[in-house]
Amino acid sequence: MQRFINDPDFVVEDTLRGFVKAHSDLVKLADNPKVVAAADAPILGKVGVVTGGGSGHEPAFIGYVGRNMLDAVAVGEIFSSPTAKSFYDAIKMADGGRGVVCLYGNYAGDNMNVKMAVKLAAKDGIDVRTVVANDDVCSAPPDEREKRRGVAGEILMWKCGAAKAAAGASLEQVRATAQKAIDNCRSIGVGLGPCTLPAVGHPNFAIEPGTMEVGIGHHGEPGARVEPLKRAADVARDMVKTVLDDHNLPAETEVAILISGLGATPTNELYILNDTVESEVRARGLKVARTYVGNLFTSLEMVGATLTIMALDEELKQLLSVEVACPVRL
Amino acid sequence: MQQFSNSDSGDIVLAIAQRIVENRVHLSDIDGLIGDGDHGVNMAKGFGIAAERLRGKARPLSASLTVLGDVLMTEIGGSMGPLYGVMFSGFAESLNDVVEIDAAAFERMLRTGLAEVQSIGDAKVGDKTLIDSYAPALEAFSAATAKGDGFATALDALIAGAEKGRDSTIELVAKIGRASRLGERSRGVLDPGAASCAIILRSLAEGAKAKLRVVP
Repeated sequence: MQRFINDPDFVVEDTLRGFVKAHSDLVKLADNPKVVAAADAPILGKVGVVTGGGSGHEPAFIGYVGRNMLDAVAVGEIFSSPTAKSFYDAIKMADGGRGVVCLYGNYAGDNMNVKMAVKLAAKDGIDVRTVVANDDVCSAPPDEREKRRGVAGEILMWKCGAAKAAAGASLEQVRATAQKAIDNCRSIGVGLGPCTLPAVGHPNFAIEPGTMEVGIGHHGEPGARVEPLKRAADVARDMVKTVLDDHNLPAETEVAILISGLGATPTNELYILNDTVESEVRARGLKVARTYVGNLFTSLEMVGATLTIMALDEELKQLLSVEVACPVRL
Repeated sequence: MQQFSNSDSGDIVLAIAQRIVENRVHLSDIDGLIGDGDHGVNMAKGFGIAAERLRGKARPLSASLTVLGDVLMTEIGGSMGPLYGVMFSGFAESLNDVVEIDAAAFERMLRTGLAEVQSIGDAKVGDKTLIDSYAPALEAFSAATAKGDGFATALDALIAGAEKGRDSTIELVAKIGRASRLGERSRGVLDPGAASCAIILRSLAEGAKAKLRVVP
């Protein structure tokens, strides 16, 4: 393993210390060192917006804490849900007296820990509503959408939910908008190379050279199929097709495109993918309103990329245009 | 009748924690076949913290179980933190007012723990999870006491039931949790949660057995 690590058992703690030093104008560590909060959190009179998840996905989740964005984030071990206590502490850090939404991804551990945190918060009189992201189309068939995992579409859910909260909306309005945002997202991942958990020391799955895993998850969950690696344009076309076949959008729909690297793919290759993605989306009669390209939601040093396409209405389009100040440029 | 006392049995929990720490690599290796490969790492981290807090302090069994449950719920996260956290907290609550633990109290403890696990997870027997070790172990213990076996014999049945249940997961397809995304590809491999649960139940049963006293 060729990695910048002090102690494999403390990579998360070390990451957070460095992160807060780099972005002290925007974020702070809570008393619970596994909770990152916006510098000005909680904002009185505003609905709090929190999320949480395992580490190893940086800049998610912590990079999306800031002004007009997330108020607090619960941080877990690498690829492992934060504790119920950390979700609860994040909720408390975000509580400005009008309730808190917890917008998180559909994973067994997160579901359990959030459920327990919501109960703890209820004892303090904090009203918490949740939205569970399930945008990954290859993780379950369309009729079992509730089983699908949450992936990079979460970023757009956070942005819309947080912008709605910043505009003064009520708890229920923020929840409903975040729910609509994620319902309008579909994502797919393609993996070209595996990743290694620092504390484990070797990759826990393999992708044979010359092949790609279509539909891979954010923790290396196996995809829908393994195929020979193709030219970027062909991969991009397949990704668009899988996402839009699931989405079934009427012509003229405005969309946002989000392409994220999984950690070890050079950024230029993400633009190569976007070149075809954007042409394909237009060729299908859709209008591209916004595009985000970069390492926005990674999986340690996995080689690969995810594509998210979000259908926009006037509200979501406006919310995506709200300026934010968080460590990631959005 | 056989029983053991709550007040001087806290060291059983330390022994459980130590067994998990010793199995760090083993559990991670099993998990690497169908999961992230971090089950042993995360379990050893949490149980190791609990061991630090328990070492050198004589506590009742119920108090030590509370310490372990709290540590798992507040320090581990993932799925196993809450699942084992509520299980040990459930054990503790069930034993809080018990002075002498006989087979009936032990069975009540096991039932409470199982109910707690099932209250936050959705797994059933056959889903390839820790329940596949736990449920048959409890069933075996309960069947043994029902037919009049002593506490010690019932504890042996508990261990055998847990390990048979653990091994049954090899042939199962995961229905829940991260491994469920593998479908058929999860067949042929032990479930890491079932493996750690069997270690916990064996260690618990052996600890209890070593403390049993015969009372008239």
